[in-house]
Amino acid sequence: MRPVSIIGAGMTKFGRSEWPLSKLMSVASLAALHHADLGDVKVDGVVVANMGAARLNRQTAIASALVDSLNIFPATAESVENGPASGASAFKVGYQAIASGMADVVLVTGVEMMRAVNNLEATDFVASLSHPEAEYIYGVTLPSLAGMFARLYMERYGVTREHLARVAIKNHDNAMKNPYAHIHQTVTMEGILTAPEAVVNNPPIAEPLHMFDCCPVSDGAASLVLASQEVAEKLGRPIVRIAGIGQATDTHAVQNRPDPTELTAVRLAAQKAFSMAGITPKDIDVAELHDAFTILEIAESEEAGFFKKGEGHKALEKGITSLGGKLPINPSGGLKAKGHPVGATGVAQLVELTWQLRGEAGERQVQKAKNAFACNFGGFGNNVVATVLTREV
Amino acid sequence: MGNVDELEALLRPPALDMPPYPPKAITLASGEKMVVRQIDRDEVPILLEAIYPLLWVERDYYDIVSARLFGELLAYKRYRVKNEYVLVGLIDGVLAGMVNGHLVDEKVGMSYHTMTIRRGLRVGSHLFAAKMEYHMEFLNQEEVLIVAESPIGFRRWMIEYPLQKKYEVPHELGGGPSWVLTRDTYFAAKPRLVSGSRPVSSELLASAETIVLPAEETVKKQVLGGKGGEK
Repeated sequence: MRPVSIIGAGMTKFGRSEWPLSKLMSVASLAALHHADLGDVKVDGVVVANMGAARLNRQTAIASALVDSLNIFPATAESVENGPASGASAFKVGYQAIASGMADVVLVTGVEMMRAVNNLEATDFVASLSHPEAEYIYGVTLPSLAGMFARLYMERYGVTREHLARVAIKNHDNAMKNPYAHIHQTVTMEGILTAPEAVVNNPPIAEPLHMFDCCPVSDGAASLVLASQEVAEKLGRPIVRIAGIGQATDTHAVQNRPDPTELTAVRLAAQKAFSMAGITPKDIDVAELHDAFTILEIAESEEAGFFKKGEGHKALEKGITSLGGKLPINPSGGLKAKGHPVGATGVAQLVELTWQLRGEAGERQVQKAKNAFACNFGGFGNNVVATVLTREV
Repeated sequence: MGNVDELEALLRPPALDMPPYPPKAITLASGEKMVVRQIDRDEVPILLEAIYPLLWVERDYYDIVSARLFGELLAYKRYRVKNEYVLVGLIDGVLAGMVNGHLVDEKVGMSYHTMTIRRGLRVGSHLFAAKMEYHMEFLNQEEVLIVAESPIGFRRWMIEYPLQKKYEVPHELGGGPSWVLTRDTYFAAKPRLVSGSRPVSSELLASAETIVLPAEETVKKQVLGGKGGEK
């Protein structure tokens, strides 16, 4: 397979969009294309990641719509729906097109507009990824699955609500340095956990998870321009090489897993990505993990191989995962504070890592970052895509 | 025609005695301290100034709430509503939100509006709770009539407390029928929805003596979703 690089990255501010879906994805795409500065080089194909436009926005075939909006005919166009892992799946499709020699330049854009509906419908929409007969019909939602997962994890590994709050505080702090983040608001241990008022400030959502343990419902779009090594070198852009991609699946219903605290698909996807890249978790300088709920950042940091099982929360305590620590996790603010427009998230994680590897992340820049890792977590861990990126000097 | 003072006396609704709302301090999620206190009539103009730019913000019904609140504040200042009161939330003196209501009679209160300027910290939830606290614990009323004009309000009041339907009683704001907060509902909800401490330290109280307005751009940014904490 041919080597593939990311040569452009852009995104919209996450939050609540006043724009229609088509404009949202066009703006992110134009930002990435501007960043790539392609000149006369044409885009061969477009891949759009999205989970819910058909239901939430009454719009289908949105990749074709994007090609039209950007006036980049006759580029190929495909949409990818793979739940909350749609973003990294679309990225994988773009990678495969170039690696196989079918294309030289591919635009990968993720978009979601979830705030077109009310919170109850948005929660129901996301819950539709759960097992229809074993979970959904009983009223299972993603917060409830995460709540049960957190309860068991806390009992087994000694994780406390204070550890969960530390994840929220860290990621809200990071988001303050990210102009694209949905939430620009610091939170404190006193305010969300220890003060008497915390019971009002941070109400329970699905015990033991409280409001500040959960990501917001966001609109947003993110975009990447992928190119063959040949094109990237010809353009003379800083090269961020796609060193490894791994994907793995697990049982649809969480109850069918031998141990519900094991995120097997995260572990297998990460192992595949590291194997393909020829490096180990110790070589990673910065990571974006899928912290839709605070507990997931801790669990994924272990399953990805950064820390031993049951020790992710100890690394958090020591500040290892903070900006300035040995392995900053979610410098963007993560899903927790940057926001989680589901179809855009996997692409947005890689946008952040591209900026980090190019030294373009501003106040949240991780110094001398060379290798980066992303985990895009679909379902409740039943479809996971892991990616390793490397900066080439 | 009688003299103006006599006419004015006829135009002013008769007022019941109202003990003042004692200020309290609330620690927010950000760790900042918000002082909740009652305002005097001479503080109304600065609140009108804060509301004015929101009259044209459609998002989350800020336009409707602003327009109604504007009128209610003027009515309070010029004695055109019976026993109206206004509470404000101030962070380092900066206006974070306001609530108002009035007394229908000694037993029944009526909630008017809740307006959050600083969003994302449950300021509105705290201020609404303070308003209910005033009716139930300091005015010692039996019930408070409430309507919601936005889905956010409906979730916060009707569902979270939860309020009971009292559709047979009209609310002065019109629109949706009345819901009611009873003493039983209030005291059941109090442990999870009503917070804050008294007395407020003299230093904190001094910081809340004068209402400071955030810049108009900051207000719009916060209300429209920026959720920043800039002054």
